[in-house]
Amino acid sequence: MAAVSSPPADLSAALVLQPVTALDWLVVLPVAWCIGIGAVLMMVRHRTFLQPLIAVAALGVLAGLDAALLWHVAQTGPVTMVMGRWLPPFGIAFTVDLMGALFALMAAVVALAGAVAAVTDINDSGRRYGFYPLLMLLMAGVSGAFLTGDVFNLYVWFEVLLISSFGLLVLGAEREQIDGAVKYGFLNLVATTLFLIATGYLYGIFGTLNMADIAAKAGPLRETAPLTTLIALFVFAFAMKAAAFPVNFWLPASYHTPRIVVSALFAGLLTKVGIYALIRVSVMLFPFERRELSLVIAVVGALTMITGALGALAQTDTRRLLGYLVISGIGSMLAGIALGGPGGIGGAVFYALHSMVVMTALYLAAGLAARFGGGFSLAALGGLYARHALFSALSLMLFFAVSGLPPFSGFWPKVMLVKAALDSGAWWLAAALLFTGFLTMIATGRLFLIAYWRPAGAPTLQVAVPATALLPLMALTAVSVLIGLFPETLLGLVQKAALTLDEPSAYLHSVFPAGSAP
Amino acid sequence: MRSLILRTVAPLIVGLMVLFSIFVLLRGHNEPGGGFIGGLIAVAALSIYGIAFGVETVRRAIVFHPLSIAGAGLLLATLSGLLSMVFHVPFMTGLWVYPVILGEEVPLSSVMTFDIGVYLVVVGAVTSVALSLEERGED
Repeated sequence: MAAVSSPPADLSAALVLQPVTALDWLVVLPVAWCIGIGAVLMMVRHRTFLQPLIAVAALGVLAGLDAALLWHVAQTGPVTMVMGRWLPPFGIAFTVDLMGALFALMAAVVALAGAVAAVTDINDSGRRYGFYPLLMLLMAGVSGAFLTGDVFNLYVWFEVLLISSFGLLVLGAEREQIDGAVKYGFLNLVATTLFLIATGYLYGIFGTLNMADIAAKAGPLRETAPLTTLIALFVFAFAMKAAAFPVNFWLPASYHTPRIVVSALFAGLLTKVGIYALIRVSVMLFPFERRELSLVIAVVGALTMITGALGALAQTDTRRLLGYLVISGIGSMLAGIALGGPGGIGGAVFYALHSMVVMTALYLAAGLAARFGGGFSLAALGGLYARHALFSALSLMLFFAVSGLPPFSGFWPKVMLVKAALDSGAWWLAAALLFTGFLTMIATGRLFLIAYWRPAGAPTLQVAVPATALLPLMALTAVSVLIGLFPETLLGLVQKAALTLDEPSAYLHSVFPAGSAP
Repeated sequence: MRSLILRTVAPLIVGLMVLFSIFVLLRGHNEPGGGFIGGLIAVAALSIYGIAFGVETVRRAIVFHPLSIAGAGLLLATLSGLLSMVFHVPFMTGLWVYPVILGEEVPLSSVMTFDIGVYLVVVGAVTSVALSLEERGED
């Protein structure tokens, strides 16, 4: 080995030269923090007492970091950091705009609630198995997907969160869980493979994977390259991830099998990552192709929301019922993506944020209901209202929120979507949205009638529920109510986010301050 | 496995393989090699040790639980990336120092510590899988 170090070649033309401030580090810190804490938790895997303390504190810090990032982005517009100092499009860029920051913050809040709820739901063997390290790595994947500005990097974060979710799904290793995990794993791997193939085609056409670079180069290529085919592949892959209608069967087949906290986190986080990726790719990168496909997406969205709501009506297991409500919500977001414009995209983003909070809270409520009433079957549940009035009140608020009734968080996105549909003349889509709200109200009303109002069949033992079990449910319900009562801030943010997506010049400028890449 | 020949040569082979894995790890910066492949070679060494002397011996020999080793590696890799925060350059920027040790200049970098982290992650994670598979085979 040569011991003489030759003077390093002058690389300054390929490097980022301006110093990076602490505020810029907020772009990458959420991901690095999750990975680092996940590593520490892996090392103290057998200290089952320490695990939840570290994880809850770390997720609190993560929420703080994401809030600071959102504040920073709202002040200055999109922020970029390239890995390893190499200039984009060669260095992998993390670019955060308002949509990414909003999703990341909401994901952190949901994960924090989940971690607190897990203190009583996940026992020592689950902790030794690695619930908390897997949760942190799942959050690394989710945050990475929301913050990255590179299509292949997005794929990598999908893989990270998918692998962590496999681990969480089989926590406990019961026969039913393995069965659910196989279906979930196989179908998600198919979707991921499609995503990878589409990414390969994308690279073949553009010769770059940087999102800003792609958005800038799509214009001239539109005449010659088969971009509509490409975006159709992306839409199919992400729709499968998000559980849209014809390819949604994996969700009800698997979400009722794991621990209830895991179901809650999955319902809050995973499908929304698919929706996020769909918005990012179809709205920001390929707006013209999205317009061409908008009728297909609208029909898929309408079918997804109505079949989801009908599925929820037919279920007798509370967890399966909620799984269909997750699917139904995905339909509303797809409708927003199909409509486009600030109303449609803003509505889709708002709906996704609302759905993260409310679906997680609903699963946590189903878990508590099972503890009070002794199971998840509607046949067995009963008398919950007499058992615990506060819990029942919280549940009822969440039922209203998921159905889109005022004054809860589900109302405003629905208003935005219905208005956008009527404005663009798609009366049938508006009708589908309203009809879905009606069906959801019947499904959740039926749940409330049977499980809460119906007197308990057999007197069951009084169960003491610790505060840590009820606290996350209360907190998430409070978030939903606050969003419903004071929607102005969030409405302004999502509309601004939709405008940035529609006209991504600020995003492009943050990646390439000196103009487009050669 | 009750084989006198394997038991006799195993310590020698294992020692050589671990040494070679570290060589491959350090060579990886400019030439073929690196943390991933080096880690796999080390796992192969530990697996042979396990086949010759049993899984318990390996677990005692590596002192820490394999997954703790993987966690330490992941932490080391993350910290190598975060080190650039101190120097006001972006995440994961390679940082170099050239200390002179015994008259030789030794280039050290955060790239290398990152690669050592990768090595430990691979050693820990794959050893954990290999050992549990060997454990199944024993009973």
